[in-house]
Amino acid sequence: MGLAPTMTPKGRDCRLDSNEPERAKGHFRENGRLVFWLLVVWFLVSYGAAMFVAPLNQVTFLTGFPLGFYMGSQGSLIVFVALIFVYAWMMDKIDRKYGVEE
Amino acid sequence: MRSLARIWTLYLGGFVGVIALLWALEKNGLVNQDGINYSFMFLTIGVYAVIGILSRTNKLDEYYVAGRSIPGIFNGMATGSDWMSAASFIGMAGLIYALGYEGMAYIMGWTGGYVLLAVFLAPYIRKFGQYTIPDFVASRYGEGFPRVAAVLAAILVSLTYLTAQVTGVGVIMSRFLHIDYKVGVFVGLLGILVCSFLGGMRAVTWTQVAQYIILIIAYMVPVVALSYRFTGVPVPQVMYGEALQNINTLEAAQGIEKAFIAPFNDWSPVMFIALTICLMAGTAGLPHILVRFYTVPSVRESRYSVGWALLFIFLLYFTAPAYATFTRWEILANTVGQAIDSLPAWVQNWQATGLLSITDANADGILQFAELQLHNDAVVLSMPEIAGLPAVVAGLIAAGGLAAALSTADGLLMVVATAISHDLYFKLINPKASDQVRLWISKILLIVVALVAAVLAQFQFQFIANIVAWAFSLAAASFFPVLVLGIWWKRATKTAAVSGMLTGLAVTFAYIIYSRSTGHFLFGIRDTAAGIFGMPLNFLITWLVSYYTPAPAQEVQDAVEDLRYPKRLRQEPAAATGDD
Repeated sequence: MGLAPTMTPKGRDCRLDSNEPERAKGHFRENGRLVFWLLVVWFLVSYGAAMFVAPLNQVTFLTGFPLGFYMGSQGSLIVFVALIFVYAWMMDKIDRKYGVEE
Repeated sequence: MRSLARIWTLYLGGFVGVIALLWALEKNGLVNQDGINYSFMFLTIGVYAVIGILSRTNKLDEYYVAGRSIPGIFNGMATGSDWMSAASFIGMAGLIYALGYEGMAYIMGWTGGYVLLAVFLAPYIRKFGQYTIPDFVASRYGEGFPRVAAVLAAILVSLTYLTAQVTGVGVIMSRFLHIDYKVGVFVGLLGILVCSFLGGMRAVTWTQVAQYIILIIAYMVPVVALSYRFTGVPVPQVMYGEALQNINTLEAAQGIEKAFIAPFNDWSPVMFIALTICLMAGTAGLPHILVRFYTVPSVRESRYSVGWALLFIFLLYFTAPAYATFTRWEILANTVGQAIDSLPAWVQNWQATGLLSITDANADGILQFAELQLHNDAVVLSMPEIAGLPAVVAGLIAAGGLAAALSTADGLLMVVATAISHDLYFKLINPKASDQVRLWISKILLIVVALVAAVLAQFQFQFIANIVAWAFSLAAASFFPVLVLGIWWKRATKTAAVSGMLTGLAVTFAYIIYSRSTGHFLFGIRDTAAGIFGMPLNFLITWLVSYYTPAPAQEVQDAVEDLRYPKRLRQEPAAATGDD
């Protein structure tokens, strides 16, 4: 799917032109896929780790952190920050791919 | 952008310089703790006032959304301090100290929501690009009821939260300046107004940046020093692992059953998960955070801005457990097991403040762990003393706590004031009002709302921490579902959204009242996680009712679709609202 020509608004008619529906659907799909996988990771490091705290605590990490506690207090947070920056960067690429960047 | 970086670096340097100056004065006996505290408080408020004056404006765009000109990284800093209130700054470490692993529900809950904010909401709010959250709800779902419902929810959530902040400011003022709490509230009020009155959101944003720099420096200094003192490495966030190990050993040796790191010894797993969900969804549904993403220049920048915001928040949040752990280690190692009449100096000093109490329950003259009661706030506030730091640092903490409280208060104040001046007055009562009239009404309302919050704060409600948690549950149960569905599902209708919001609010309220008055919890879920009942119901009702009501007009559906693309693909309708 190549870059479509720049959109020119047709007077007061706000409909997208013939190329647009395909372009739009592709963008939405890729957006949705990205969000889905990011949220899978989000879920695993937060709720996932919380559900297995006790066994995870048997593992020691870094200067002596029980891993379960570590995930709750620091590990998941680091992942959250990374997820958002990954999201911003990848959405930028997706926007450019479909020609809808600002 | 370069000049901004230069200005703020100078500011940072200036602040460090002031700290150094006060320290030098202290070492030479020229100033005492009170002098230090007063200096810090009034110097910082003075700086905020200057920024507030420099940011003054008569343009609506700047008053409401800072002219949409705040670069992403600074917007992130402002969001960070907007987010981190006195509760985060002073209270959270104490929460973790008391709850151990359960405290992680707050840590994860108050950070994980930013991921939801980034992927579901922020970029679309920015593309929408108006002034308030009720603006979005009205545009998406229709004028009238949706706007009113949104205004109600926004005021409910923000005013309760604001009252908690003003209470916090009053407490900080009274504790550090030794003035009466009620007077402190009004002094704090002045602090809040100087940051916002003349420049609205523009002033609020830049004072929030200033406040972030102060609060993060203030937060780091004591615990970095302590980490160095206890472990030889000044990186507390890495070294507190060692503290955890020591705590484990000491707890075992002293026969303490509720282990710090052990999960679910205070709450059920269901409560932990429920609270985390409520806090995360509430985070993404709080109006005063959502509007922060109107103020950046572009959709692309809004996404990065959420990342920056979380990074700046992370800096404090990943340090809070270090405070809790080092304090607990200190107490278990050096305080427990000592004779009660020869406890370390810091313990005796803090007993005098009433934040720490010792009762010799078994009358053996020796302190057992259970005999020491430590108020949550004391964990952060006593750290400078535990670390053996000069008085300057205690004053620094005061300035940091004040910065945190003021920044959040200002953000909330803007939401409530604009809900009335823009959403109620301009949109519903007098759409022909001129810009000047709208500006004046906004300014007057800032003062009025601040006064209302100050009056409410006079009561110094005991359950202030609960009130904040309830605000999250209410936001999770009202705004979050309706905004997410509104953006991602074209079929969501007006009737459905209003029904959903009102149901969510009602159910959450009902559970709060029920659980507080009967003391009975369903599945162990406390009132602080009441939103776990309201939020799914809101989703369900909005979804169901949408199918039974006519689909939104094609132009609304097109507008929703258009939100998804950063580029302006459609010609904007003529500026009938006179907003931009």
